[in-house]
Amino acid sequence: MRTFQLTLSRLLQGLALVFAVVVLNFVLVHAAPGDPVETIAGASGGMSAELKAELRTQYGLDKPLPVQLGVYLGKVLSGDLGYSYFFNLPVAGLIAERVPATLLLVMTSVLGSFVIGTVLGVLSSRKPNGLLSQLINTLSLVGFAAPVFWTGIMLVLLFASALPLFPVSGMRAIDSAGASGFADMLDVLHHLVLPALTLGLIYLAQYSRLSRASMLDVLGSDFIRTARAKGLSNRVVLYKHALRNALLPVITILGLQFGNVMAGAILVETVFNWPGLGRLAFESVLRRDYPTILGVLLFSSIIVVVMNLLTDYCYRLIDPRIKAS
Amino acid sequence: MMPFKMPRRGAVAALFMFAAATALPLTATAQEAGKRGGTLVVGYTQTPRHLNGAVQSGVATALPSTQLFASPLRFDDKWNPQPYLAESWKLAEDGKSLTLNLRKNAVFHDGKPVTSADVAFSIMAIKANHPFTTMMGPVEKVDTPDAYTAIIRMSTPHPAIVLAMSPALCPILPKHIYGDGQDLKTHPRNSVDIVGSGPFKFVDFKPGQRVSLERFHKFFLPGKPYLDKVIIDYTPDSSSLMLGFERGNVQMLPMVTIPTDLKRLSVNPQVTLTPRGYEGIGALNWLAFNTTRKPFSDVRVRKAIATAIDKNFVTKALMGGFAKPADGPIVASSPFATTDLVRYPLDLKKAAAMLDEAGYKPDANGERFTLTIDYAPGTDDQQKTVAEYVRAQLKKIGVKAEVRTSADFPSWSRRLAEKDFDLSMDVVFNWGDPIIGVHRTYLSTNIKPIVWTNTQSYRNPKVDELLNEAGSVLDPVKRKAYYATFQKIVTDDLPIHFINLIPYHTAVNKKVGNLPTTIWGPLAPYDEVYLK
Repeated sequence: MRTFQLTLSRLLQGLALVFAVVVLNFVLVHAAPGDPVETIAGASGGMSAELKAELRTQYGLDKPLPVQLGVYLGKVLSGDLGYSYFFNLPVAGLIAERVPATLLLVMTSVLGSFVIGTVLGVLSSRKPNGLLSQLINTLSLVGFAAPVFWTGIMLVLLFASALPLFPVSGMRAIDSAGASGFADMLDVLHHLVLPALTLGLIYLAQYSRLSRASMLDVLGSDFIRTARAKGLSNRVVLYKHALRNALLPVITILGLQFGNVMAGAILVETVFNWPGLGRLAFESVLRRDYPTILGVLLFSSIIVVVMNLLTDYCYRLIDPRIKAS
Repeated sequence: MMPFKMPRRGAVAALFMFAAATALPLTATAQEAGKRGGTLVVGYTQTPRHLNGAVQSGVATALPSTQLFASPLRFDDKWNPQPYLAESWKLAEDGKSLTLNLRKNAVFHDGKPVTSADVAFSIMAIKANHPFTTMMGPVEKVDTPDAYTAIIRMSTPHPAIVLAMSPALCPILPKHIYGDGQDLKTHPRNSVDIVGSGPFKFVDFKPGQRVSLERFHKFFLPGKPYLDKVIIDYTPDSSSLMLGFERGNVQMLPMVTIPTDLKRLSVNPQVTLTPRGYEGIGALNWLAFNTTRKPFSDVRVRKAIATAIDKNFVTKALMGGFAKPADGPIVASSPFATTDLVRYPLDLKKAAAMLDEAGYKPDANGERFTLTIDYAPGTDDQQKTVAEYVRAQLKKIGVKAEVRTSADFPSWSRRLAEKDFDLSMDVVFNWGDPIIGVHRTYLSTNIKPIVWTNTQSYRNPKVDELLNEAGSVLDPVKRKAYYATFQKIVTDDLPIHFINLIPYHTAVNKKVGNLPTTIWGPLAPYDEVYLK
């Protein structure tokens, strides 16, 4: 019952948040100079005034901004994200086509960096001043400090240009149409390595440092001393008692970070020409393709809200105290 | 020297030409006999909105549109019209009608025949929807006395009508699909299940990612096209595109301009690089003045600024010798170009003296006045570098210039449209006939709050008169004379200082034969292109 109430209140909060995001985004994108018709005229190499006026009327850009907002909100509430001004295609379709690529990239790098980062953190917490710990610390510092686009370009230069082990860009080989399921999967995985590594490196650093600090903190507490006094093996103490407690802050960050990872994906997708949502959003901003930008942002905000909800559930699974309170 | 190689013209090729000439009208220049099969991957940075070139201009759409849709005529590399969908054609003596005799074996990708009704529908659709309004402006109607004859009727003599029959400008749409009454600009079939009569038929369009096309087996030119598939793959980042090309994932790069890329490509033994094929679009890089603002309203000031700029430095140092200087509003490769122009060779002392004379003497700090230079974003190698160079040169004559960066295209085009600029770098295309791409910049009737109109607010009644005359007389000799006078006046009035021709190059892997080098270059059908 409490779970149900909590879910309901969280969902309502989430809805309010998504609504605020839509309104704010709408105002922000319209504040940028120029409008979609200018971009279309640019892509066309010039355009007459009559045609421009016609396009503006067609897209409803001649109406006052509050009216446009009202129309947009009405459409969104009825589940219609509208048509892309640039491509003349339904926004929902454009997004749906890009979602799998972004989810694959984001999930791989987040989960990968979460698992590997935590393992590294725990390893380094066992002997906080040991050589291994120092090495992990240094590496994670470099990974954290390097900007995503720089890491990406360096990886491309190293592993796609100098040492051509991986593809330069894209998600599939260009003329791969009609490849069988398994071959296609291998092709995608091959293309996924560099972008996922680029995006994952930053978060790897955060997870390993956070889990290390958190482990050190927990390892100094009384119940660990008790556990050790009971004669439990080091492994049981470390993984069953300490890690479970140390994971809580790490999971909090995992949930919070989802939004950040989506943002990081924009850069990685641009560097690697990964056909995901981030690139769609970025290019749509340059084209002032309002419906597409708003659609992508709406979708991302929903994802972030849902991820936060899931994080809450994860807490409850790991820490029984939260369920009780 | 431009590092490019001509296609081989061996004896076999000549023989094939002869054989072909007897059987069917020959297209384009001497081409080698191709080999069937293979996939050509074309890499480009800009994604098209959709693939229907009848309602959407621009390079991005023209690349796939010219493969999908055939046009009445096509052009060789010397501006000569060649038969394509039309076997023969005749422009009436009075210049007010163009008769097209269509070939009878042409079918659309869905198997239906291409008839005069489709031609009539398409030309009226282009007139109503295409952004270049002057192109079909005088067209009143298209008569169709029989299924294979179309007569385009015009209210005034329209010399550009023949060039307007080009693949990039006049795609013939199937009336039975696009004539269903829906608005053509937003027609759903512009992006899905596109049907044309060109050498390649539609397979798939993934917006922002790629266009896939495959060989049309019933294409009206027997044995063509040679390629099985054409894929146009979009990579916004040009360095990734270069890497992909060097690794062999992409076999053709149209419209390469970045000097470092060109240098890399020119020394690559696996690559053929050619500057040919860009005569049609005729792309100029120029510095525009806002002639309504002081002090640029004074022609002496404009001339002084021009005299401070060394075009040779721009083309040789900034563009690595790949670009050529431009001196007039019509590109030198156009049949209407003249060499009798007012030129402004570099002379800093003279430039300073000109400013003194115009009344802009240096103040205590040696400064005469300040100005801003905008530039069109997206092609920094052409625009930003030159803007920075001009800033440095102007400093030498006591003019303090600030280069204003625009975040993206709409921001910049808004500044130009609202005349919120002093000087701006810009890239503008001639688009084949001056009526389409040149008049718009200089006619006083085209001073509009829109980018790529007469945003310089230039007014000269004599220029208006000359352009209107040149736009309505058929005789090419007379036209050329009008345009010659026009070019001399414009370079003397100097609303725009012409800097260089955009060094567009096509790079192909050595495995690619018969690369497209007609006046429309990569914006023409790839029916002759093959893989060795």
